[in-house]
Amino acid sequence: MALLDVQDLKVSFHTRNGIVRAVNGVSFALEKGETLGVVGESGSGKSVTCYSMMGLIPQPPGRIEGGTAFFGGVDLLKATKAQLNDIRGRRIAMIFQDPMTSLNPYVRVGEQIIEPVIIHERITRTAARKRALAALEEVGVQDPLARLQAYPHQFSGGMRQRVMIAMALITNPELLIADEPTTALDVTVQAQILELIKKMQRNHGTAVIFVTHDLGVVSGFCDRVQVMYAGRIVESASVGEIFRQPLHPYNRALQKSIPAFQPKGHDLYTIPGLPPDLSKSVDGCTFAPRCEFAQEFCRRGEMKLTEIVKGHASACVRVQRGELVLDGSATSPGS
Amino acid sequence: MPTELAEPPAPVLDEPEPGHSLWQDAWARLRKNRLAVASGVMLCLMAVACLLGPIFTQGYAEQHLDKYATPPSSEHWLGTDTLGRDLLARILIGGRVSFSVGLCATAVALVIGVGYGTISGYFGGMLDMLMMRVVDIIYAFPFTIFVILLMVIFERNFLLLFAAIGAVEWLTMARIVRSQVLTLRQMEFVEAAEATGVPRARIISRHIIPNVLGPVIVYTTLTIPAVMLLEAFLSFLGLGVQPPLASWGVLINEGAKSMEEFWWLLVFPGLALSCSLFSLNFLGDGLRDALDPKASKD
Repeated sequence: MALLDVQDLKVSFHTRNGIVRAVNGVSFALEKGETLGVVGESGSGKSVTCYSMMGLIPQPPGRIEGGTAFFGGVDLLKATKAQLNDIRGRRIAMIFQDPMTSLNPYVRVGEQIIEPVIIHERITRTAARKRALAALEEVGVQDPLARLQAYPHQFSGGMRQRVMIAMALITNPELLIADEPTTALDVTVQAQILELIKKMQRNHGTAVIFVTHDLGVVSGFCDRVQVMYAGRIVESASVGEIFRQPLHPYNRALQKSIPAFQPKGHDLYTIPGLPPDLSKSVDGCTFAPRCEFAQEFCRRGEMKLTEIVKGHASACVRVQRGELVLDGSATSPGS
Repeated sequence: MPTELAEPPAPVLDEPEPGHSLWQDAWARLRKNRLAVASGVMLCLMAVACLLGPIFTQGYAEQHLDKYATPPSSEHWLGTDTLGRDLLARILIGGRVSFSVGLCATAVALVIGVGYGTISGYFGGMLDMLMMRVVDIIYAFPFTIFVILLMVIFERNFLLLFAAIGAVEWLTMARIVRSQVLTLRQMEFVEAAEATGVPRARIISRHIIPNVLGPVIVYTTLTIPAVMLLEAFLSFLGLGVQPPLASWGVLINEGAKSMEEFWWLLVFPGLALSCSLFSLNFLGDGLRDALDPKASKD
């Protein structure tokens, strides 16, 4: 059985400007120790998917309209607060985008790192502090003993993200949800943090859901990738396949937009148009208005993620019909 | 009465690490702030004087009509008032009233305001809407009428005066705290705590409240003087302290009437009030800096 099994997840936000369907029928599964990359532009529903599994969607205005997310026999979407609190921090941990705001400025770093252990395990503070020391050492923080006594503002952004990772993994969770953990960091630190997450994953055998909008990051890091657009998964495949043989025009367009693949001196490739307004329901393919291959029939009917080749699914009707063959990138970037 | 009211509520962190809690840190930083320390000492001295002083002075209500408004002398250090009562005794007893009104009313406002604002801001939604509308309604209610009503319904009562003032002052506190909590709730460290499975009560006590203390303390130090002035106003209307008991507000009011002839009747109570208000403000400033870990220089 899969570690995490999400079926037909639907999340919407009820705002003054109407109902925004942020996630619209997302299904995926994750095996033990697997790394799943979730790629998509801002507003494609990547973060909302993760937040809803952690019970972090503010309700109202958010509402989980349907679906299930089974983790160890518990449906995370319908779990009680007590059930959730038992799972969160112990079996599922999360790291956030902005390390500058994800630590409480009024509490010493050491105290924050041991918080998950104190809450979830029967353990003395001394023992917990020893664990924290080991955890800080493991994530490569220099002089960990002194650092435990410091306040978050005495840390740099990269160091804070290290602390967040130590904090997330201190209880040895089975699943780590990383919501764009490198977006707010500068490039050199990004690489270090990615290496660190990879190392920690190897050491602890944790499954990782890695949310990012950077295809380059995905290629070097994930086992499987799913591309999201306007609240749906449009393509899902192993990381090699995603680059070698894209099966959705959106995925291909994303790859074409990577500056490293483009000849020097030319204008950079961009996807024309804007992502759709999620408060209006769209008939047919949500990407059709921006798609260079779109046909009349693309704008009708229902979008459906269908397996084309084994382990490689696409929501493009034309690909499903066998009409469209897309060229892939010669090599994957960043790896 | 030790270092007056600006003291934060009881530590909310559970078993702080020996020698390293936020409060001990704050204390260490506060000690380095000379102005704040001087203010604290000043307030302590005034408090002790007000508490113990009246034992050694003459009775504050004792009238000596033959000593009509005598200037400061060796017998009456600060002179006497128009009824021949010793001014020093009256200032000390007035200090008791002013301090206790200031402290108690502010404490009431602090507890209700912080609790109410935190709940309203943290849980949000309909509850927040309802709670804030209640605040709006009480805000709109004329304060003087409210107090007069209270005084009529119940007896004229010292405690009631605290309650009445506190019941008005907590409104602003609740609004300030709510707005702070609203922004804090959006912060990722609160989300991270939720994602760690930290129970709500602990999130509030450990992650929310310490982060609102800064503005709360500053507002508290502003509230104490405001409350003291309110008390003076109420006493002036005859709704507060009843003669022969005095408060600083009452004494200043009396002194102001005759300041052209008898300057000491205005200057000494005024000095007492302004000294304590200054000290409170400096102490509040110092506490705010001390409680902010970012202010530390190490």
